[in-house]
Amino acid sequence: MRLLNTLLPTPARSLLLFVVWLLLNNSIAPIHLLVAALLALVIPQLTVSFRDPQPPIRRWGLAVRYIARVLIDIVLANLQVIQLVLGPNKNLRPGFVLVPLSMTEALPLTILAGTVSLTPGTVSAEILPYQLDATSSAPKYLLLHVLDLQNEAELVASIKQRYEQPLKEIFQC
Amino acid sequence: MSLLEWSIAILVMAGALFVLLGSFALIKLPDFYTRLHGPTKATTLGLGSLVLASMLFFNFVQQQLSLQQFLIALFLFISAPVTAYMLIKVALHQKLVPMLNTRHQDLMKQRDNLAKGNDLPTVEKLADSD
Repeated sequence: MRLLNTLLPTPARSLLLFVVWLLLNNSIAPIHLLVAALLALVIPQLTVSFRDPQPPIRRWGLAVRYIARVLIDIVLANLQVIQLVLGPNKNLRPGFVLVPLSMTEALPLTILAGTVSLTPGTVSAEILPYQLDATSSAPKYLLLHVLDLQNEAELVASIKQRYEQPLKEIFQC
Repeated sequence: MSLLEWSIAILVMAGALFVLLGSFALIKLPDFYTRLHGPTKATTLGLGSLVLASMLFFNFVQQQLSLQQFLIALFLFISAPVTAYMLIKVALHQKLVPMLNTRHQDLMKQRDNLAKGNDLPTVEKLADSD
């Protein structure tokens, strides 16, 4: 077990590298399998010391549901943005919104910021305050830019309930 | 034309339309912050549809296994929000002026405070009431 840990410090990343290499070549010829295995062994070894530890995914079922929900929301987001883009500019009511968060871990925060950027009417601007110390647990805020701000409290509540809550459950943090 | 060919055609057209509208948003919207919304969303969905059409075509019409398109979609979905995040961060850092009717412009000043690690009374109230 310890040998396996030294060889594959991050099994998920190794698997991802292996699959990505095969997809890039679109082939499972022996030479590609060999190179993919080599990359999957060497790259994690070289990069493992740069990585901060991240919380693991605890609830896979919920994670899959989360991805499906985000994909649907991306489609809805597009229809909404297109509607706004085609309308006159004076109908736009852009604004900034600050969302107080109850998560502090880097990985779930990153996923949340990415999700918010891809879904209806909002782009993540910043996660504040800056995390100078990886172990700090100071409260975080997400600053958003909204293309058409109608009801601020509702928007904040929906982001917290729709995206933050599932992420907290997925990572149990 | 078969159902398969119809769906590929529709996906290609929808994809092209979304990419076009996303790019149109770049020149049409009034300020930097609103312009960011077009490319992050419409272009993502547009390219997503094109990638899906390409997968359908190569796997079912040409009958050859082709899964590389997953990679395009994966990289796209990771890089689009990160790019938007970096751009808007720079804009805030440069104190780029948003369009006049933008609401809560005071948050841009509060941001400087928060970035330095000082918490704000108004913001704390928000967090407590939650």
